[in-house]
Amino acid sequence: MSSFSVTDPSPRSKWFAGTLVILYALITMVPLAWIMLTGFKSPSDAISYPPKVVFEPTLEGYVNLFTTRTRQTDEYLQANPPKTWYEEIVREYDMVIAGPSKFGERFLNSVIIGFGSTFLSIVLGTLAAYAFSRFKIPLADDLLFFILSTRMMPPIAVAIPIFLMYRQLGLSDTHLGMILLYTAVNISLAVWLLKGFIDEIPREYEEAALIDGYTRFQAFYKVVLPQAATGIASTAIFCLIFAWNEYAFAVLLTSGTAQTAPPFIPTIIGVGGLDWPAVAAGATIFLLPVMIFTILLRKHLLRGITFGAVRK
Amino acid sequence: MAEVVLRNLSKSYGDDIAVADMTMTIPDGAFVVLLGPTGAGKTTTLRLISGLEKMDSGEVWIGGRNVGNETPAQRDVAMVFQQYSLYPHLSVRDNLAFPLKSPILNTPPDEIERKVAEVSSVLQISHKLDNKATALSGGEMQRVSIGRALVRDPSIYLMDEPLSSLDAKLRTDLRVELKRIHASLGATLLYVTHDQIEAMTMATHVGVLDHGRLVQFGSPREIYENPNSLYVASRLGVPRINILPAGIFGNVPDGTDRIGLRPEHINQGSGQDAVIKRVEHLGDQARLHLNLQGHDITTIAAPDTDYQPGAHIKIEPRNPLCFDAQGNRIR
Repeated sequence: MSSFSVTDPSPRSKWFAGTLVILYALITMVPLAWIMLTGFKSPSDAISYPPKVVFEPTLEGYVNLFTTRTRQTDEYLQANPPKTWYEEIVREYDMVIAGPSKFGERFLNSVIIGFGSTFLSIVLGTLAAYAFSRFKIPLADDLLFFILSTRMMPPIAVAIPIFLMYRQLGLSDTHLGMILLYTAVNISLAVWLLKGFIDEIPREYEEAALIDGYTRFQAFYKVVLPQAATGIASTAIFCLIFAWNEYAFAVLLTSGTAQTAPPFIPTIIGVGGLDWPAVAAGATIFLLPVMIFTILLRKHLLRGITFGAVRK
Repeated sequence: MAEVVLRNLSKSYGDDIAVADMTMTIPDGAFVVLLGPTGAGKTTTLRLISGLEKMDSGEVWIGGRNVGNETPAQRDVAMVFQQYSLYPHLSVRDNLAFPLKSPILNTPPDEIERKVAEVSSVLQISHKLDNKATALSGGEMQRVSIGRALVRDPSIYLMDEPLSSLDAKLRTDLRVELKRIHASLGATLLYVTHDQIEAMTMATHVGVLDHGRLVQFGSPREIYENPNSLYVASRLGVPRINILPAGIFGNVPDGTDRIGLRPEHINQGSGQDAVIKRVEHLGDQARLHLNLQGHDITTIAAPDTDYQPGAHIKIEPRNPLCFDAQGNRIR
């Protein structure tokens, strides 16, 4: 293998590149690992200094995340021995479980709002992108720029007008309100990304379908959509990540019914201040859906991130 | 199958005139070949008939129906594109079945299966039916896309250089096959090509386009033997027709500016003295490249001739075609 090759990197540069990638992966994964480990620590281990890397794992954080607890008198505690493993954990602090916490509800809100707004952004974005890609639209370039320009400021800059509008329209603290808001923010990204993907699909395919006896919408649905699947998947991931992680609007516009997980998690109060293991447990569980979604679509995502970079 | 009539069809893109005032009748059951250089409006004509392109003015009649306001699906035409025509996300079988499954045809499944099997065996792609469309060679792809037109029974087949991307053997096979399909189905075809052999062997009619105008329409022999302009004369013929100044052999009608001499319309052995520059042996014939008073002339000779470059040969025209200064034929 001493012969020179233009396309194959030398073993040395492979090693070098590999080391760099592993180092970078370690650096980015440390905070993540930290959060996940903290979820299994006891409150005192979680805040000990120097930080404990080896510790006795406990599910206390997860129990505290999903439950509310109250103190009880000694008589009560002795009369009612703990029945389940999670009651035993709570009993160590002379407490009993009073009921489920709001985390489940908040998590469900995140799911409804995150996936709802992603779905809406993709549906509207795909249709708009198709129109921009295929039809002669007056002022198309200006319209596209206008759509993109909504991304040029941080969305929170319009927080106050939106807050007032939402109060007036009765959209504050509603699922619909949050879905519409996240869709409005995401749709510019969706239109631009998807237009790029749809531009790459030659129109000959649709023309063939039109001749083969299909209407334009059927041609779009049967021929364009399957070929745009890659682009749609990666756009959906971008939209979901934004809507899922959004914090500022969620704090401002939701407080009860429609509150999502991000503003809820940091407010989990334990014995004597913030309950760090419970917060970490909440963050860990909160990470999972996006992680699963991304892993499921990762083949598409890889192609999506590099789209336009490789042309046949 | 149906008759297709174009009346004063026009289409421009901005300042570019693609089709200008075209009137043409494609008789029921005819195999019409459109000839013309790139940009002459051949493909645009097909697209106007199919409805993929909206005409600026004029009428298209298919089977006695004015289809001006109909969608491509309603017009009942099948089209084979020059490229890019297979649906990449479908298998070969699904590609072939796609038109049959359309809401307009809505064919029952057993009928679809029968037709797909029939067409794929004609086009020799039966063994590839379950492949993905993208896993085929270029020739196979084009056969599938021809197949996608053939599974239907449309008013007219529109074909845009369907054989141009195939190798020579497959081309010949498919040419014969298309001709057979035309004869046995009585199909009406409008076919765009650059290839003279395709035009001469398959066509019942040839239409020659020049800058969006139909300049001559007739049988292939008529177009070849009796062109009405220099432009038409140079569209057909391999090697190309020789264009020479009127007086070079003397004795031409008044007003003749140039004469056209097909390579096979040159007698050897008497007449003007020409120099042989190059001899090409093609097997069934020999091509002679001559120089006559500074003009290049190509002619053919029997394959067993042993002319050498530099030798002199006497030539004279047989039935030259005479053209005026505008390139129009003088009869």
